[in-house]
Amino acid sequence: MNFFPSLLNALPGALAQGLIWGLMAIGVYITFKVLDLADLTVDGTMCTGGAVCIILMTHGVNVWVAMLCAFIAGMIAGAVTGLFHTVMGIPAILAGILTQLALFSMNLRIMGGKANQAINPDKYDLLVSLRNVKKLSFENPILVTLIFTAVVIALLYWFFGTEVGSGIRATGANPNMSRAQGINVDRNKVLGLMLSNGIVALSSALYTQYQGFADVNAGRGAIVIGLAAVIIGDVIFSRIFRNFALKLVSVSIGAVIYYVVIQIVLTMGLNSNDLKLFSALVVAVFLAVPYWKSKHTRSKVKPAAAKEAPHA
Amino acid sequence: MLELKNLYKTFNAGTVNEKRAIDGLDLTLEDGDFVTIIGGNGAGKSTTLNLIAGVFPADQGSILLDGVDITRLPEHKRAKYLGRVFQDPMMGTAATMGIEENLALANRRGQRRTLRPGITAQEREKFRKQLAALGLGLEDRMTSKVGLLSGGQRQALTLLMATLKKPRLLLLDEHTAALDPKTADKVLQITEEIVARDKLTTLMVTHNMKHAIQYGNRLIMMDAGKVVVDIRGEEKKNLTVRDLLEKFKIDNDRMLLSE
Repeated sequence: MNFFPSLLNALPGALAQGLIWGLMAIGVYITFKVLDLADLTVDGTMCTGGAVCIILMTHGVNVWVAMLCAFIAGMIAGAVTGLFHTVMGIPAILAGILTQLALFSMNLRIMGGKANQAINPDKYDLLVSLRNVKKLSFENPILVTLIFTAVVIALLYWFFGTEVGSGIRATGANPNMSRAQGINVDRNKVLGLMLSNGIVALSSALYTQYQGFADVNAGRGAIVIGLAAVIIGDVIFSRIFRNFALKLVSVSIGAVIYYVVIQIVLTMGLNSNDLKLFSALVVAVFLAVPYWKSKHTRSKVKPAAAKEAPHA
Repeated sequence: MLELKNLYKTFNAGTVNEKRAIDGLDLTLEDGDFVTIIGGNGAGKSTTLNLIAGVFPADQGSILLDGVDITRLPEHKRAKYLGRVFQDPMMGTAATMGIEENLALANRRGQRRTLRPGITAQEREKFRKQLAALGLGLEDRMTSKVGLLSGGQRQALTLLMATLKKPRLLLLDEHTAALDPKTADKVLQITEEIVARDKLTTLMVTHNMKHAIQYGNRLIMMDAGKVVVDIRGEEKKNLTVRDLLEKFKIDNDRMLLSE
């Protein structure tokens, strides 16, 4: 039995993957928690960002410029979903599914008709790479992604404190009140979706560099992983982390926990083909926890109130 | 000045549930008028307010505010001119945001929202004073989430939000109907103080005849989407619930019960 050695060996990789997907989950947090929408566009954007990044880099574009373009590509995808939803009146979930489907073709086009596009870390100056995951240097993807995440969280913290950002939060919290206070609810939904998908595309660009290739199926089930991270972070940290920035931190930690757990079950011998089944079940259980909790507390209160009744 | 000219609104047109809610409504409010609106269920009181606010479009007719035609303006653009408080205490505030954050959102009604800070230190100071004036102790809970407040506190806060930027017209849609009598009186008292202080033109829908008589300088009764009674001035001052009941043979249970 060499469970612990092999787990320890795989842990840095799980940590790096978790952090990269944590960034993606922060994007999901913006739609799912802030805007109160379930946006399935991300399953497409989680490939688009990487595809744009790799194709541009292999054509000689600087990594930072390529990542900026990935961010913009993600924002465009989010805008399409937003316009489907607000201008055409399509329910948000369906709007996301439509864009996601369209993105599958778009992603293939971006990658020149190939389902897979590799990038050689020796030839190109990648920001993060799988090869450096155990190196104690500034090239270590864990460190790079950590800094990257911190910057994104700081920027989002600032943005959601501005007038525009507050308007987006209000839109998600109470659209009726928002309209009565002169907030353009439709525009804010589009803005939120754009920002969310931009961040997901950034995460995708990092993930593609980390792995060394872009894959047309990279985003399949991404929303489930994103939701898992958001919910795990929320269930574990919601009592301690109340500040908005800390809530984003908890999402990132949620993603790391998710990947570490996945690594553990894989090391324990779970067939990797069964991974998506396992993920779906984990997310289902974590989604149910808040619901069960609320039912539980309600049933606790009732008998106490009944006892007091005769004295009243 | 608010002018409603020949307004029509039909819901579910062309179906078995077709309902003509507003039927050729004409109404003019002078600046500083505080008008109470009563009427049975389905008389068109709330629909009138929602048409003014732009929740849904009018089928026909026009709405003019200070001479400007706002009939086709979307809801969020009309908000610039309007302060609104709803019947449901949940509707007027964002429960998951803090008291001061809600006020800061309201303080920017009618302005372009930019990348400047969503709330400033000066605003906090101003809000603290205004919350203290409500006398509900909310000035010490500025960062608390609004979801933790009682219905009455939320309505008082919504009222403050609606009047933070002086509106051309204040729309109160049964804003005390969901509150217990004592809290309702408190909220109405605050309403009267703010309306008098800022000389606001106000439309207040109510099911409570006593309130309709006690508050405002003009009383309107609606029925079947039209104004059927319009009382103002001295006559309004001397009005009693008995007068109203006898004069107009009101047979609406809910109105009798809330006498």
